[in-house]
Amino acid sequence: MSGYDSALTVFSPDGHLFQVEYALEAVRKGTCAVGVRGKDVVVLGVEKKTVAKLQDPRTVRKIAMLDDHICLTFAGLTADARVLINKARIECQSHRLTVEDPVSVEYITRYIAGVQQKYTQSGGVRPFGISTLLIGFDHGVPKLYQTDPAGIYSSWKAASIGRSAKTVREFLEKNHKDDMDRDDTVKLAIRSLLEIVQTGAKNIEIALMGADSMLKTLDASEVEAITAVIEKEKAEEAEKKSKKKGDSAAAVASTSG
Amino acid sequence: MALLPGMQALFGIVGKDFVLTASDTTMARSIVVMKQGEDKSRDLTPTTQMLYSGEAGDTVQFAEYVQRNCRLYGIQNGVSLSPRAAASYVRRELATSLRTRNPYHVSLLIAGVDTKTNTPELYWLDHMASSVKMNFAAQGHAAYFCMSTMDRYWVPDLNIEQAKSLMRKCIEELRVRYIASLTKFTVKIVDKDGIREISL
Repeated sequence: MSGYDSALTVFSPDGHLFQVEYALEAVRKGTCAVGVRGKDVVVLGVEKKTVAKLQDPRTVRKIAMLDDHICLTFAGLTADARVLINKARIECQSHRLTVEDPVSVEYITRYIAGVQQKYTQSGGVRPFGISTLLIGFDHGVPKLYQTDPAGIYSSWKAASIGRSAKTVREFLEKNHKDDMDRDDTVKLAIRSLLEIVQTGAKNIEIALMGADSMLKTLDASEVEAITAVIEKEKAEEAEKKSKKKGDSAAAVASTSG
Repeated sequence: MALLPGMQALFGIVGKDFVLTASDTTMARSIVVMKQGEDKSRDLTPTTQMLYSGEAGDTVQFAEYVQRNCRLYGIQNGVSLSPRAAASYVRRELATSLRTRNPYHVSLLIAGVDTKTNTPELYWLDHMASSVKMNFAAQGHAAYFCMSTMDRYWVPDLNIEQAKSLMRKCIEELRVRYIASLTKFTVKIVDKDGIREISL
C-alpha cells in the first residue's frame, strides 16, 4: 500500500487494465462517428446529438481541424477531447516550426496515441475517455487512422467509434469497396450512419477532404439530398426483393396448382 | 566595411485599402554579399505580413516562432488575429525577450488589413519592444533617407499606382544617396484578398 497509491491504472490479476476498459465503455456511450477512405477522398460522418432548444448549435462541433490539412473527430467524453485536440494542435505547429514541414497523418496519430498511453501509466491521472478518427492526405494518398484510450492506433479503410459502432462496422465490412469515388464514399458514410441514427439526415454531419487537403463540410440540404437518394435506392431494392419473392411464390403456386 | 543591421531596408506605405511593403533582398556578412533574392518577411495571417531585419539568426528564429503561434491561434479559435492583435502579441514577445540574458535583436514592420473593417494598418516595432502604428514607415538606415520623402508625398487614401510611385521615389533616394548598394527589392501588396508579390 506504499508507493503504488498514486497510480489509478493498475493491472488486475488476470492482466487487464480495468480503467482502460472502463474508458472504452465511456467511448461506447458517446455519439457515433464513422470514417471512410475512398480512392482520392476521405470522409468523416458524425451523429449529431440533438441540440437543446436554448443551445447555440454552432458551438457544438464534433469535427475539429488540427492543422490546415488534418481533421479529427471523436467519440466519448467531449471535455477530454478538447484537451487532446489542443495538445495535438500545438504539436502540429511545433512540428512545423522545428522541421519546416507539416505533420503527416501518421505522425500526429502516433503523437495523440502516445499521449493517451501516457495517461494509462502515470500517477494520479485517469485515461482519456475518447477514441479518435483522424483524416488527411500524405503526399496525395488519403489516410484514415483510429486511436483509442489504450493508446493503440492503426490505419483503416473504414472505421466506426462510439454508440453502436459494432453495427456500423459490420455494415461497413459488408459494403466497403476499394477505390470508391467521392460520391460513393460519401454515400457509404451516410448509409452506415443511417443504420443507427433513427432521426435521419438532420442528425448527421458529413465532412470530407480531397487531395487538395481542404476540408469541406456538407450542409444540411446536401445531406438531405443524398439521404433521399439512399432512401429511394433502398425502396427500389425492397421492391425488387418482394417482386422476386412474389414471382417465385406465383411459380410455386402455378406448379402446384 | 562591416555589416551593420541598419544596412537592411524595410518599407511600408498604407494606401486606401492595402499596404505596400518592400524589403531589400541582400544577405551580407562583413564585406561579402552572401545571397541576393532573400525574402525578409513571413506571413502571420492570410492578410498580415511581418517584415524583419536585424541580427542574423535572431530574425528568422523570432519571425518563424511568431508565425507558428499566430497560426495556432487561428486554428484554436477558428479566426485569425487582427493586425493590431498580432502586433500587440509580437510586441509582448519582444518585451519578454528584452529582459533575458540574450534578447532578440530584430526590427520589424507588421503590415496587415483588418478583414472586419477592411482597413489597412502598419506597425513599426523594434528590439526595445516599442510598437507604433504609422501611415508610412521604414526600418534601418533607409529611414534616415526616406522618411522625409514619404512625409512630403504621402496623403491618405493612396491608390496602388500612387503608392508604387512613392515607393519608387524612396528606393531611388537610396540608390543615389546611400553608400550600400541595395539594388533589388521584394515588393508585396497586402489587402483583404491576401498577400502577393508585385513589381514596381
